[in-house]
Amino acid sequence: MSAISERVKQIIVEKLGVEESEVTPEANFQNDLGADSLDTVELIMEFEKEFNLSIPDDQAENIGTVGQAVAYLEENVK
Amino acid sequence: MSFKRVVITGMGALTPIGNDVSTFWKNLVAGVSGAAPITRFDAEKFRTRFACEVKGLDINNYIPRQEARKMDPFAQYAVIAADEAMKDAGFGEDTLDLDKAGVIWGAGIGGLKTFEDEVVNFAENGKTPRFNPFFIPKMIVDSASGILSIRYGFRGPNFITVSACASATNALIDAYNYIKLGMMNVCISGGSEAAITNAGVGGFNALKALSERNDSPETASRPYDKDRDGFVLGEGGAAIILEELDHAKARGAKIYAEMIGVGMSSDAYHITAPHPDGLGAQIVMKNAVENAGLKPEDIDYINTHGTSTPIGDPQEIKAIEKYFGEHAYKMNISSTKSMTGHLLGGAGAIEAAACIMAIKDQIIPPTINHFTDDPDINPALNLTFNEAQKRTVNIALSNTFGFGGHNASVIFKKYED
Repeated sequence: MSAISERVKQIIVEKLGVEESEVTPEANFQNDLGADSLDTVELIMEFEKEFNLSIPDDQAENIGTVGQAVAYLEENVK
Repeated sequence: MSFKRVVITGMGALTPIGNDVSTFWKNLVAGVSGAAPITRFDAEKFRTRFACEVKGLDINNYIPRQEARKMDPFAQYAVIAADEAMKDAGFGEDTLDLDKAGVIWGAGIGGLKTFEDEVVNFAENGKTPRFNPFFIPKMIVDSASGILSIRYGFRGPNFITVSACASATNALIDAYNYIKLGMMNVCISGGSEAAITNAGVGGFNALKALSERNDSPETASRPYDKDRDGFVLGEGGAAIILEELDHAKARGAKIYAEMIGVGMSSDAYHITAPHPDGLGAQIVMKNAVENAGLKPEDIDYINTHGTSTPIGDPQEIKAIEKYFGEHAYKMNISSTKSMTGHLLGGAGAIEAAACIMAIKDQIIPPTINHFTDDPDINPALNLTFNEAQKRTVNIALSNTFGFGGHNASVIFKKYED
């Protein structure tokens, strides 16, 4: 696993209180990991903070799963 | 329509001298002080460096971490106290119509720590607006009642009363009236506060409201003592389950006491200073006694607002002497803030609990830390100094007064069928 995906996983485990094993690429924040809409906004903010970038709202709307988050960050983190 | 009777069927408390009702009450009767150096933040630069903090509390023993982190401490305290009260009330399955069950909570400030943390974070990060999405729902003062309603599925009336240090008493008053009017059967009422933060202590220090007796925190809260120098900030809260009498009887509930009357008034004088003659305090006690259908001489015990401030304490005493006349010298009076400190919006809740327990156990908790008589306070009054006193307690009155000139009083009576 890439360093980015490991850091993403740690943030999700910390913020959503889920087990590491649940944080699979297919896992949807809301449907599988028990997040509500506010939790999802908070996760996006945590990713922005951790990786020092700004994720525009129209991009953030497309990040619903762990894999989508990792893919977006791998593409955009310098 | 006929008015309903309202009884107390459950209680929970989280206080600086005990994290449940039985510990709180045992220490209140024993005269234990909850004051100690501040641990919540580094208070070294503050004029006041002590407070009455809740102690030995691991929030995660009560609320899962993922839920707890979305609540300000004042709401966490509400949940912990309410859980105890709900368990104590012992509602079995199908004994509650959830549409007629409400939550009316009191808090004077609300999510002060949440507000402070978010604004500090904003300032320290170049004023880039990156506020947490939970900032507003954690900070707003009604979050506590909202969280409780969700937690227990109560779909009746649900709101917070805000009247500074009278807040929890106003919550009890509203809960009492709505049950009396038949608008709900059961209500989780009470109040909580968590203001021992940089801004809370610094703000009250700026008002010169807090005791600065840093060399002796445990004797700093000394209501009615000549050398009192301000209140001691406390935190925590209490939950009181109010229930319509027939509803309580139908399910065979344990009944602590009956709530029989309430009073409200305003000083209409100054935003922080009490009326010098205790005018608002006289009116509120009169209103409560009359609302309960009593005469002044029926009151056995007054749990005073008595915060240990130089100007606040004597005005309440003057009001008691003026309104109660000769009877003022026959009843017991005490300020339990001498032990708990001042819980601000939560004060009325823990002090209502103290009145209810005084009726249950027929004993008056003391005003501790009395060392020197104040020449302005009549020694003929029984202020229950330093030690608890056993006596017949049929009826107890709790006073609370808040910045803004809000006064609120409630009266509890030993339950008789």
